[in-house]
Amino acid sequence: MPPEYLDFEKPIADLEKKIEELTLFTSNGNIDLEEEILKLHKKADQLRAEIYSRLTPWQKALISRHPNRPYTLDYIEAMLTDFTEMHGDRSFADDSAIVCGMARLDGMPVVVIGHQKGRTTKEKIVRNFGMPNPEGYRKALRLMEFAEKFRKPLVTFIDTPGAYPGIGAEERGQGESIARNLYVMSRLKVPIITTVIGEGGSGGALALGVADRVLMLEHSTYSVISPEGCAAILWNNGSKASEAAELLKITAQDLFQMKVIDEMVEEPIGGAHRDPRRVADLLREAIIRNLSEIRNIPPADLIRLRYDKFRKLGFFDQI
Amino acid sequence: MAWFKKERPESTAPEVAAKKVKIPEGLWVKCDNCKEIIYRKEVEKNFKVCPKCDYHFRITASERLPYLVDEGSFIEVEDGLSPRDFLGFKDYKDKLKSNRKKTGLKDAIISGDARIGGNPVSLVIMDFNFMGGSMGSVVGEKIARAVERAIEKQMPFVSVASSGGARMQEGILSLMQMAKTSAAVARLGDAGLPFISVLTDPTFGGVTASFAMLGDLIVAEPKCLIGFAGPRVIEQTIKQQLPAGFQRAEFLLEHGMIDMIIPRKEMRSTLGRILDFFASA
Repeated sequence: MPPEYLDFEKPIADLEKKIEELTLFTSNGNIDLEEEILKLHKKADQLRAEIYSRLTPWQKALISRHPNRPYTLDYIEAMLTDFTEMHGDRSFADDSAIVCGMARLDGMPVVVIGHQKGRTTKEKIVRNFGMPNPEGYRKALRLMEFAEKFRKPLVTFIDTPGAYPGIGAEERGQGESIARNLYVMSRLKVPIITTVIGEGGSGGALALGVADRVLMLEHSTYSVISPEGCAAILWNNGSKASEAAELLKITAQDLFQMKVIDEMVEEPIGGAHRDPRRVADLLREAIIRNLSEIRNIPPADLIRLRYDKFRKLGFFDQI
Repeated sequence: MAWFKKERPESTAPEVAAKKVKIPEGLWVKCDNCKEIIYRKEVEKNFKVCPKCDYHFRITASERLPYLVDEGSFIEVEDGLSPRDFLGFKDYKDKLKSNRKKTGLKDAIISGDARIGGNPVSLVIMDFNFMGGSMGSVVGEKIARAVERAIEKQMPFVSVASSGGARMQEGILSLMQMAKTSAAVARLGDAGLPFISVLTDPTFGGVTASFAMLGDLIVAEPKCLIGFAGPRVIEQTIKQQLPAGFQRAEFLLEHGMIDMIIPRKEMRSTLGRILDFFASA
């Protein structure tokens, strides 16, 4: 994949372009600029580290949607073995915005479910930009119950702008399909580990997210409403998204503080797409570790603990 | 002259267009649906339903009580819960203050024990007048507590939804109320107790996508708007006009999403009959 730079990465892009030019110059001519190039490389790395150490929430939102960011199938490929994809909700259709199936994690059989975005224009359309319809959530539901029936842990990945707002989606009960998943996940008799790998867009994200352990990649976001949507409501101006992103507290760091997530998984400097292999390794380790901590909890206790975990969420005054 | 004094509530919940909510003060009211001008007392006598076109006016939680429960049976559980601006969200404190003043409520829901047709129930009623009935920490907590009270006292749980969705001003914690309330309803089911969900105008977003669509029976008032995504959002996404009657209760009934539509004046008697079914051996 060619590198794609976000707006705030422009200084890095400029430097890297210069490096490329100099490299080309060196390989063509007799002048040796190696030392100069090395210096520039170092400078680019420093610059990237600096920019990434003080990302704003909106910049993180942009990284979480980066066109080169690894998607669910990339993690499945990198982290799991023997993946067998399963299709369809057995009542209406197969929704490609959600992928699921059986696989092995470190040799252990697991059921895996995740939102799936597309990379090329054609793929984007097939995947509906990662926005599921009710049949997608019902396929996920089928796999949740499948996991429970065969007593396999459930591993889910969250990466969606939200559930699809369409006529068909409403006709087929988008709200009910999400609600049903929350209901079923809250009392599923097997361990559930979920990771927000990119965009955690509202109810459409939560529908895969009622888990014993909720992890988040460092530059992913999770929010009740998109910053653009929030800005449109507050200021009638979707372009004020960056201010809305600040208000909403959507970053992994914020959510960890509010105890909405259990763990933040580090990303390489420059974001997950700079080194997908490394992110997959780190995430794999985190999932295995979290799973091993809860694997042997009896189902009744597991469900009680999961209930208490979500029951506690919320801040209010008691007068 | 304030004959047709209009009150436009601020829309605070995501995704739902602001619509006139309250029956205005004054002697006469104009029906939101058929635009007929009607003598106010006539509307009030008629369960706040338009006598000309059967339009069910949006009503407050306290206005709904006498139409829903046996006279004098409602005992509010005032647990002192009050919302907190924990994110320091723009204007939230002021909005809470003005909505408190406007409605006399601490948040967009009331909770208590009541009887319907003689059957004891744990009851919550949402109030659209308070920040568009949006669900934040207090609303979620009150629902969870009401469900837990139902389990403790072995009573059915009845909810009346009226909401634009999750409350933006409480960020991710509002989203988590969806998980919290749905998990509570799942526990109620495990305890073998029934949950009857009443949907009223409007019910959207995170409320539709959580407890409100999880009733063992889901009933709705005539013509009320119910959906996940708001009509404006859908229109902007698909760039098409929406079909007539889209997201109305009748549309949901036709598509198999709800059990029945009950006119307001029959709500109490019908719910009473339904609850009798669960009460008898």
